[in-house]
Amino acid sequence: MTFTQQIITILMVVLGTMLTRFLPFVIFPANKPTPKYIQYLGRVLPSAVFGLLVIYCLKNVSIFTGSHGIPEAISIALVIFLHLWKRQMLISIAGGTVCYMLLVQFIF
Amino acid sequence: MHTKIHTLKKALMAAFPHTLPIFAGFWFLGITYGIYMNVSGFNVWYTLLMSVTIFAGSIEFVTVNMLLGAFNPIQALAMALMINARHLFYGLSMLDKYQGVGLKKLYLIFGMCDESFSINYTADVPKEVDKGWFMFFVTLLNHIYWVTGAVLGSLFGSLINFNTEGLDFVMTAMFVVIFMDQWLKEKNHISSVLGLLISLVCLIAFGADDFIIPSMLAMLDILTLLRKHLEPTLKEKSE
Repeated sequence: MTFTQQIITILMVVLGTMLTRFLPFVIFPANKPTPKYIQYLGRVLPSAVFGLLVIYCLKNVSIFTGSHGIPEAISIALVIFLHLWKRQMLISIAGGTVCYMLLVQFIF
Repeated sequence: MHTKIHTLKKALMAAFPHTLPIFAGFWFLGITYGIYMNVSGFNVWYTLLMSVTIFAGSIEFVTVNMLLGAFNPIQALAMALMINARHLFYGLSMLDKYQGVGLKKLYLIFGMCDESFSINYTADVPKEVDKGWFMFFVTLLNHIYWVTGAVLGSLFGSLINFNTEGLDFVMTAMFVVIFMDQWLKEKNHISSVLGLLISLVCLIAFGADDFIIPSMLAMLDILTLLRKHLEPTLKEKSE
């Protein structure tokens, strides 16, 4: 690829990414009332999307090979426990991450 | 002038703690990305340009591969649209929240990655803090973490010698916490449970590389079918 072709490729990726981010705001501008159906989606989608993001983070975990997802399961259980107990985002996240690093580096 | 600076400082101080896990995660991922760019033969200027302008993790890794292949701009566009399609849902969810924040809105939308969206959607911003600036700083800090991580990785990646294996779990932990915060706030958990189940089923059915778009379509379908049941419960909550 020439330098120009590289820049065009990067620009196309920027364009595609920006389309996915700006499109909803362009189709449903702030100065016009948003259709009821879209408002409904805006309120129910986030919960579902957070579920999707959790699964997305775990997409490469294999139940049948390697460590069978055990370090992930233990660490997520710890995150849930810490968060229900302390409700402190940073403690829950740091606790789970340190636990996971110890597990994959020393045990599994 | 003084009050303006005060407002900005307050918003920055309120936003910063929320971004700490992302600081850890983005430096880890960013440094990895910088190293990957480097070993693929791209110097730090490419890394800087791409991390500033694209600012969406996974597609940036894919772009490295595309830059090494044959020139195919349409494929580049299509890949970016597909990998980032989930942002469409973020936009639909933020139509209200990004309203009335002035020109900052353009930057908020530009920088709406998974992490910025998740924090800006769920964070309880204290009453005395300006919401627009809070969301602006969350987005800006995340952007800075990503760019500095990528540049550091590109320049000094070969010097890192402590064991960082498993540090990437910080992102998983963060999304689990965000999922829980949302769970603890909502009156019924139908949408949360659907999100987990649909994604899991699609992951098993379509595999790790192709499950996002089927998941999104299934979520749209099922949530649309459930509208009659779910919409009344939403109204109760807001009244």
